[in-house]
Amino acid sequence: MTSAAAPGKHRSGATEPMATEPIATEPMVRRFGRAVLGRQPIGMIFGAPYLLFIVVLFAYPLGLAVYMSFHRYFFTAPGVSVPRPFVGLSNYAAVFSDPAVRQSFLNLLIFLVINVPFTVVLSLLLATALNAAIPFRAFFRTSFLAPYVTASVAMIGVWLFMFSSGGIVNSALGPLAPVPSWLVNQKWAMPSIAIYVTWKGLGFYILLYLAALQAVPKELYEAAVMDGASWWHRLLSVTVPGVRQVTTLVTLLAVITGANLFTEPYLLTGGGGPNGKSASPVLLIYQTGIEQNHPDFASALGIILVIGVLLIAGIQQLVQRRQA
Amino acid sequence: MTQMARATSEVTGGSDRAMAIEPRASRSWWRLIVLLFGALVFIFPFYYMIVGSLQKTENTSPSGALPNPGNMTLHNYGQINAAIGLGKAIINSGIFTGGVLLATIVFGVLAGYALARLSFRGRGLLFALTLLVLTVPFQLLIVPLYVLIARNYGLANSYLGMIAPFAINSVAVLIFRQYFLQLPAEMFDAARMDGASELRILRHIAIPLVRPALLTAMLLTFIGPWNEFLWPFLITKEQSLQPLAVAMANYIDNVAATAANPYGAILAGACVLAAPAVALIIAFQRYFVSTNIGSGVKG
Repeated sequence: MTSAAAPGKHRSGATEPMATEPIATEPMVRRFGRAVLGRQPIGMIFGAPYLLFIVVLFAYPLGLAVYMSFHRYFFTAPGVSVPRPFVGLSNYAAVFSDPAVRQSFLNLLIFLVINVPFTVVLSLLLATALNAAIPFRAFFRTSFLAPYVTASVAMIGVWLFMFSSGGIVNSALGPLAPVPSWLVNQKWAMPSIAIYVTWKGLGFYILLYLAALQAVPKELYEAAVMDGASWWHRLLSVTVPGVRQVTTLVTLLAVITGANLFTEPYLLTGGGGPNGKSASPVLLIYQTGIEQNHPDFASALGIILVIGVLLIAGIQQLVQRRQA
Repeated sequence: MTQMARATSEVTGGSDRAMAIEPRASRSWWRLIVLLFGALVFIFPFYYMIVGSLQKTENTSPSGALPNPGNMTLHNYGQINAAIGLGKAIINSGIFTGGVLLATIVFGVLAGYALARLSFRGRGLLFALTLLVLTVPFQLLIVPLYVLIARNYGLANSYLGMIAPFAINSVAVLIFRQYFLQLPAEMFDAARMDGASELRILRHIAIPLVRPALLTAMLLTFIGPWNEFLWPFLITKEQSLQPLAVAMANYIDNVAATAANPYGAILAGACVLAAPAVALIIAFQRYFVSTNIGSGVKG
């Protein structure tokens, strides 16, 4: 696409800013340069630092992750050279047969089943409520965004305080409080994390829905009102279809967030506890790859996780295309 | 003034358009109830964080949610300061965040401008790579990045090692590109005809026209490293180099059990960690516009 500057005299003069310039007087060298490098080759220099950043700190590590997952790899002291034999798919086999990995993917599934519907329904509801001439609109927007922009470490401090066994939530619930308490309860630990993440990220999704709602043609609402459609009816037949694209995006982003889950199981439930019931795949990547010095295993796990996310994204695209 | 400024004000002033959608004012009572309930759920933890950070003795009963002048102290702030050294941790966070902001504003703007306005060989590839960076979760890269930066380059326990993987925020690059694309092409053609260099066009024409976008991108870029936990946690084992989020997390993880009022100290640290981001969102909430963020995310 960048070789748009067609070579030689076929250069279409009309769209060119330099059209008035006689082609013959232009030095051959520059014409050749344009054909090969593009009309503004300085763009290469402008883009070079970013390209270097991507190559060194994204593409190379990505390649290294793939390499490690197919080899026996462990950390050594700098400068020490050890054989790193090719081991085929054995790292992947080890990942698939590890019960802790299976538990972490099950936990992730529990997380998604709770987080995704809550995120979609609550953010659409709040965005709909916000999409009007409402007093204190800026205040509401700011308060919904506040958890999103705040460090998870800070918010986790408060949630630990609120949801500890003697915390305010349990003392308000009295005899209804679960025993053991939320974050140390095998049944409640993962749902607690899912609710926490929903709460923390909701403001961002409200913003996405708000933009989509403002793009829904208001004639559709007027027509629906004329037809005597109830509020609920308008929501289902105008609003929901009107924001379907954003719903797809929100779902996908929620899945990616879930796949990246680390800070919450690490801090909120004390390292994926109790008994691994809130461990996430990324927590396992950290524990096996860095704490236990099995970066090969961790890389294989990471690649499986990413393939899983990409598969979900692909399926979503297919479904959306079929609906459209 | 410009198309872009108009576009932004259109979104922020969305309430005017929204009014037409819902013609009957009587409808707004349910909105207010839903919003007030929502705001309560969102704000209460912040409020409780402040109240809890001031408690002399921990009070977890519902009555503890009300500020009690008899049970108030700033002692918890002193305690967390003694434990992790708030000043040093804030400086570390500041250097980490500042380095990312600086690299993003310089190299990210250059890249965004090149992607939007310059025709050169490799532009398509660069754009494709930008999108790829956004698709691959960062967490997949932590192990190889750790190998590279800590083991191979020996950059563990250094600011450079902390900053490097975040140096140029790709979402910001896409936001810059998006906004430079919206400027009229004739303006650039005219400036080029007058013989202005691309750097001059960028500095004196393009950047002044996209100021709001720059601010939005900077706000988004700020909250990334300021709040980031996993990467600096891996790379800084020396406490004197740890950003506030990492120092706080380690405190929650290890030391809390030994403090007299552990939650008081944790909440005091949490208040300090949360304050800059919350202050920014209050001051600049109108720059957190969905279209900017949305266009960045969607590409």
